[in-house]
Amino acid sequence: MLSLMIFIPLLGMLVVLFAIRREQEELAKRVTFIVTLIPLLIAVFLFITYDRSASGHQFEENMMWIEAFNIRYHVGIDGLSVTLVLLTALLGPICVLASWKIEKGIKAYLALFLLLETGMIGFFCALDMFLFYVFFELTLLPMYFLIGIWGGPRREYAAIKFFLYTLFGSVLMLIAMIAVYLKSGTDDVARTFDIPTLIELAKTPGHALADPTFQIWAFLGFFIGFAVKVPIFPFHTWLPDAHVEAPTAISVILAGILLKMGTYGLVRVNFAMLPAGMDFFCNGEGTWGNSLAILGFINIVYGSLCALAQTDFKKLVAYSSIGHMGFVLIGLAARNESGLTGAILQMFNHGVISAMLFLLVGVVYDRAHHREINGFGGLGSKMPIYTGITTLAFMASLGLPGLSGFVGEALSLLGAYSKFKMLTILSTAGIVVGAAYFLWTLQRVFLGELNPKYEDIAEINGREIATLVPLGILTIVLGIWPSIAIDMFREAVSILPLVQ
Amino acid sequence: MPNIASIPYFIPEIVLVVFAVVVILFDLASKKRGGEGAAYLALIGLVVAVIAAIVIGSEDRSLFLGMVRLDSFALFFKVIISVATAATVLFSIRSVELDPATKGEYYALLLAVTLGMYLMASSTHLLMIYLSLETVSLTSYILAGFLTHSPRSSEAAFKYITFGAVSSGTMLFGISLLFGMTGTGDIMLISSRLGEMFSQGNVYPLAVLLSITFILAGVGYKIASVPFHMWSPDVYEGAPIPITAFLSVASKAAGFALFIRLFYSGLQSADASVDWSLMLAVVSALTMTVGNLAALPQQNVKRLLAYSSISHGGFLLMGGVLLTSEGLQAILIYLIIYLFMNLGAFFVVILIANEVGSETIDGYRGLVSRAPLIAVSMAIFLFSLTGLPPLAGFAGKWILFAAVIKEQLYWLAIIGLLNSVVALYYYVRIVKAMFLETADDTESLSFSTGSLVLLLVFVVPTLLLGIYWNPLYELSRASLGKLMG
Repeated sequence: MLSLMIFIPLLGMLVVLFAIRREQEELAKRVTFIVTLIPLLIAVFLFITYDRSASGHQFEENMMWIEAFNIRYHVGIDGLSVTLVLLTALLGPICVLASWKIEKGIKAYLALFLLLETGMIGFFCALDMFLFYVFFELTLLPMYFLIGIWGGPRREYAAIKFFLYTLFGSVLMLIAMIAVYLKSGTDDVARTFDIPTLIELAKTPGHALADPTFQIWAFLGFFIGFAVKVPIFPFHTWLPDAHVEAPTAISVILAGILLKMGTYGLVRVNFAMLPAGMDFFCNGEGTWGNSLAILGFINIVYGSLCALAQTDFKKLVAYSSIGHMGFVLIGLAARNESGLTGAILQMFNHGVISAMLFLLVGVVYDRAHHREINGFGGLGSKMPIYTGITTLAFMASLGLPGLSGFVGEALSLLGAYSKFKMLTILSTAGIVVGAAYFLWTLQRVFLGELNPKYEDIAEINGREIATLVPLGILTIVLGIWPSIAIDMFREAVSILPLVQ
Repeated sequence: MPNIASIPYFIPEIVLVVFAVVVILFDLASKKRGGEGAAYLALIGLVVAVIAAIVIGSEDRSLFLGMVRLDSFALFFKVIISVATAATVLFSIRSVELDPATKGEYYALLLAVTLGMYLMASSTHLLMIYLSLETVSLTSYILAGFLTHSPRSSEAAFKYITFGAVSSGTMLFGISLLFGMTGTGDIMLISSRLGEMFSQGNVYPLAVLLSITFILAGVGYKIASVPFHMWSPDVYEGAPIPITAFLSVASKAAGFALFIRLFYSGLQSADASVDWSLMLAVVSALTMTVGNLAALPQQNVKRLLAYSSISHGGFLLMGGVLLTSEGLQAILIYLIIYLFMNLGAFFVVILIANEVGSETIDGYRGLVSRAPLIAVSMAIFLFSLTGLPPLAGFAGKWILFAAVIKEQLYWLAIIGLLNSVVALYYYVRIVKAMFLETADDTESLSFSTGSLVLLLVFVVPTLLLGIYWNPLYELSRASLGKLMG
């Protein structure tokens, strides 16, 4: 079942590449759309049939892959991954719809997009460290081309910057991963890449993997790899460039999924597998004990302040993403149930909300061909539906109670407050700044007098509404009734090494 | 085994000599000079030699009174070298650089250099090691200077000779020191005598270190490691492209075969006292860093690949400093993978040089719209050279770094991996030109079916070996045989 979901897009890629002729652009788009619907259907099925009362992995598939290193093809989902798989599968067809207007080389674009989807879904399902890494890296290549070929004016710079940063992080991760593998056994006792097994070994007292010094170093290796992806200050500078240059659908994927790959990795590997390393950086004592929380705080405040200073609509959303990922970090650093629940929920919510925001930016950019916030004004009178949806997304993003953004951020901060009082209080400043830049943007773009240049601007069309509505519904539903999501990962969180 | 009795086990080498002569005679006799007959004869010679080598098998035998050894290790390298040479022949047929009038000698020389490399992979005596190295060098000089109308090619040959003479002279001096101390040229005996001498304390470690360092000059020159790498960019740039491809793969492989046999069968016992492996680790780190940094500003793709080949030499050398069988296995596996991805990249360079007439990165602009299959293949080769999953280069990188980290040489692993980030930058410059930039000339290029099939021969393994590489691991373990004792 999971393999089907992972490899259907890959199969679709081959179909698009080899079975469809270059002139049949419409057909290519339709085929891709249908192909991306299949993982969505499977993901919905998984979501419904997932046994919420069990804590382990479900729908597992486990086969030997490369005997020499005991590498297995092991996939499965638990509460942590099932929501992210659903998010990925949901954004798939939405992004295809959002890419409908792309003219240059649509076939190659769609093929790369499908490859990207395989990488992303595979990453969230992988339970073998090697497989996990392969899928992690598999997303790099399509992303490089998608930004580099179909991006904005500075696309080449943005694409290579993204590529180099991520590869830099992932080579450090590779060292840590090999070290973990080598420590997991000896020449006589079989070594393993199996993530659940490694998690158990790292908890066994006396095992080489449980050695705190080793865990701290391994933690650093993995952390830098994921920190680039999240992105955590000071590894974040690729993100504004990549976001601004990427085409709309790719920005949606970047913000919605790729950033989550970083935080998901932090939970899955750093948190679950390296508890002693986690403890060293989050125990609130000593030189290093606050470091993760401080990084979360910097992300929140710095990201929000940068967003406030932007005049480019897309850059503003990009920086707001950095700020919102800070809440995930600070929730993780708290290492208690509330913090972690908040962090995981925030991952999902941010995926939905930031996807909406980028889609909305795309809508206005398609019409006005610029994104200068000060260059609009009064669009509310001409595009009432668009204005309404944007307001919903803004409110959700700035954390208005009743919408989904609020729940995740509140739980993260609540969890963090019991451990890092001062930092948590200071972090709430980020929410205030967030409210400021969103409201200010709302005012500059939609309120006031209509900018005469946009007398004839067209209202949002049906296709665009179709991309936004599912996400909008999710933000409202999860705002009112967050436990549909929380129930999914309650058990998975409870077996993580929490600290009360 | 005495000389006469050894001959049946020497058939592959004899086949090569016979075919080299036949190629020349055929070329003299054939009315129509410049046909492809000589090339196909050379190919047949290579195939027969490989089949003979495989049929004779890999049972351990010492031939010609201990001069040459027949074992699975030698067989492995013979096959690798033959594949690389066969690819070179096929490339040469398609190359427009080479003067058709002299192609007969050219293929005969290729067979001769292959013979030298076969011997490099199997020599177990210092004298034989030196002779095989010189056979390869002398023939390579001529091949590098084969474009008689091109001053660059002559310059390449001249530089190659000068560097080669100096380093082989230095190596010979090191060999004489080693012979003087141990009284034998047989590397197995050298190993045991050095061990005895060190345990009895009747040897100056400095003298041994000095002789090892001098010997390293010869080996380092063949694998283009720092500081003996200076020749390689100029030679690679000036030589005909098929020869560049050949040098970067076959010559490197043969160099590593010789290095492994000499240092692991002969000098391993000296490591405890003189720690040559640490010296090599530093050389390895320098080689990959220098190679990569020098590749960054290159505009000529051939030259860029030359520097990248230097840095891959440094990568490979990492496996040689570990004194473990995992390290050597990693070298063998990496060589197989490198064979496909690097030859593939050079083949694209040849095709583009033929069709576009350019060897610079600018010549690759907008290639994806002019020749999509070629551009995608080139991207696959380049990303594989970078070591990105799921391509074969990643498997090689993975096994290599696993071996390095197992010996806890973390500093070397970190330098190596950071280098692969640097490498991405210059490989991507070509990818960027091909995919992200637009061509001035948008006319689509056409290639013969034969060329495209040959291209696939390199693309398919580069893709498949990245997804499933367990057989490579088994093969490398079997090939290592008894080498590690």
